[in-house]
Amino acid sequence: MPILKVENLKVHFPIKGGIFGRTVDYVKAVDGVSLEIEKGTTYGLVGESGSGKTTTGRAIIGLNKITSGKVYFEGKEVTNLRRSRASFHRDVQMIFQDPYSSLNPKKRVLDIVAEPLRNFEKMSRSEEKKRVEELLELVGLSPESIVKYPHQFSGGQRQRIGIARAIALKPKLIIADEPVSALDVSVQAQVLNFMQEIQKELDLTFLFISHDLGVIRHMCNQIGIMYRGRFVEEGLTEDIFNNPQHIYTKRLVAAIPNIDPSKREESLQFRKEVDHEYKQSYANYFDEDGLAYNLQPISETHFVALPEKG
Amino acid sequence: MADKLIEINHLKTSFRIGDDYYAAVDDVSLSLNKNEVLAIVGESGCGKSALAFSIMGLHNRAKIEGEILYRNYNLVDVDESTWSKLRGKNLGMIFQDPLTALNPLMTVGAQISEALFLHNRKLSNEERKAKVIELIEKVGIPRPEHVYMQYPHELSGGMRQRVVIAIAIANDPEVLIADEPTTALDATIQSQILDLIRELKESMNAGIVLITHDLGVVAEMADRVAVMYAGQIVEIVDVHRLFENPLHPYTRSLLNSIPNAEKGQEKLHVIQGIVPALQNLPREGCRFKDRIPWIDESAHETTPELHEVAPGHFVRCTCYKQFHFPNEMKEGQAHANS
Ligand SMILES: Nc1ncnc2c1ncn2[C@@H]1O[C@H](COP(=O)(O)OP(=O)(O)O)[C@@H](O)[C@H]1O
Ligand SMILES: Nc1ncnc2c1ncn2[C@@H]1O[C@H](COP(=O)(O)OP(=O)(O)O)[C@@H](O)[C@H]1O
Ligand SMILES: [Mg+2]
Ligand SMILES: [Mg+2]
Repeated sequence: MPILKVENLKVHFPIKGGIFGRTVDYVKAVDGVSLEIEKGTTYGLVGESGSGKTTTGRAIIGLNKITSGKVYFEGKEVTNLRRSRASFHRDVQMIFQDPYSSLNPKKRVLDIVAEPLRNFEKMSRSEEKKRVEELLELVGLSPESIVKYPHQFSGGQRQRIGIARAIALKPKLIIADEPVSALDVSVQAQVLNFMQEIQKELDLTFLFISHDLGVIRHMCNQIGIMYRGRFVEEGLTEDIFNNPQHIYTKRLVAAIPNIDPSKREESLQFRKEVDHEYKQSYANYFDEDGLAYNLQPISETHFVALPEKG
Repeated sequence: MADKLIEINHLKTSFRIGDDYYAAVDDVSLSLNKNEVLAIVGESGCGKSALAFSIMGLHNRAKIEGEILYRNYNLVDVDESTWSKLRGKNLGMIFQDPLTALNPLMTVGAQISEALFLHNRKLSNEERKAKVIELIEKVGIPRPEHVYMQYPHELSGGMRQRVVIAIAIANDPEVLIADEPTTALDATIQSQILDLIRELKESMNAGIVLITHDLGVVAEMADRVAVMYAGQIVEIVDVHRLFENPLHPYTRSLLNSIPNAEKGQEKLHVIQGIVPALQNLPREGCRFKDRIPWIDESAHETTPELHEVAPGHFVRCTCYKQFHFPNEMKEGQAHANS
């Protein structure tokens, strides 16, 4: 049984207009996304900015209203209980992109990390302090950090404070929204390694949101590629990287810079071919509104948004 | 040398913090040749932008020492009126964030037009407009006549960056400085902008300084690479040798810290510690020393110099000779860190 199952999720934001502020249209930020994540694995959600990744993550955890669709956690439907049911609230946590703005600058690290504990566990002050120190140690920060404020830490350290807070309640699923996008490569490496370690240690499941395919390849077992609120392709990491089918996926894969300078001409050639194919065959891959078709299976693990045959 | 466009000698750019000046660029010597892309790579805070701004004469508060030789000028000393002739004409610049580089209240056409007008008053209005349209086309923006009339906020990030590039190349500069030109852009847009810069380089006969923290961008674009750490160049070499035979511990650490296909899902190398703030920079000895504490003190030079270890391959400090990652045992050497 998958730990998380999302069925035909739609999140439409109203666009208000006119002097009466009536709803004149909708932004279909997420428009029919389905996915399943197995316990202990990492599911990557990728796509360019504006494709609906963040909205998907926020809708699952309950920070955005769901227009339609269903969310199941550990087999139980939680669509309408995401904020109210305490156990869901405990079991699912989120890490945000920006380690600068996601931590309250006026609070000490102790209070930041202890906040979820105070909401959900009855602990004495000394138990709480001990637990926070343990958590900080787990993320590689010294126990003295508890009396400091976020600005006294580097970007990577702040991201680890965010992670310490997210794992405080021993969650089962963490939704990580671009957790390393604001970080330098060496700090990025630290956070990625660390996420892999705590995953093993706590048997965590990740929904890992990123626009960086290199990072996604490194972290994920399964990948969903989003374009304008819909999936264009879904598959195991090797399906997506070794056998991309949708022209949009191919473009993303072709755009990853090749770390071998002697392959420069080849990758330029590949990009040109893919670009040519994109222009030529756009209509075969997107409907008249420029949206992706429904996913069709091409193997047991690999799904591509193609027009239905018939 | 005849094809040297810019020669930088012992450049030191210092900022005042409290009562003292601290060098963000500390004794950098470099040259840029015609028709080459020189990449400058390093983590944030290493002084890359401070270097770019020094070359472009854009610092207003910094203390700048040393020489930046361009034609018969030393750019460190030229006055603002000379700068206004050189900047935007001989030297163009592309910034990371196209929105801040553009005027939100002016149309795309008017902004490119102004860039042309500043350095070429001879064109008639019609000629100038034709040239602007040509430039918009050249940077790959579809429907140039339409975009001519648009404002920056009506364009996507990628299109805005193309406009910035159009402005930078409007007067056929000999030197183009691009400071993280694609960092704010999505991957597919990044690759399009990089391909555009590459195409322009072919047709312009210019030298390009490409500043980036992304080694993938370096691999795709650079001819030669300068790796910068804590205000200093720690390694300079052509791009092929940089990836085949990186020598400085910092270069090797950076390369090992990025996820890539060959590494699969293995653990990444983590560089211990952080780039120190200016006030805390170790000004003596090897600046990278604290981040590789398992390497024996004696491996470092007291006054690390750039050594030419092979023709055209420069490495600072002698520690590269004994460097190994903590998980690699080096023969005959004790393992301090584990
Ligand atoms: N609260 C909101 N109100 C209206 N539109 C929104 C809101 N949040 C997101 N959007 C829109 O939904 C689309 C998807 O955004 P987002 O989920 O943030 O994409 P991503 O994370 O992939 O960059 C965008 O067009 C964005 O402008
Ligand atoms: N105007 C300034 N005043 C004081 N310090 C500065 C100023 N500009 C940059 N710095 C400092 O100089 C160092 C180098 O900065 P910068 O050149 O922006 O690095 P990079 O572009 O490599 O990220 C950093 O420590 C930064 O904080
Ligand atoms: Mg987002
Ligand atoms: Mg910079």
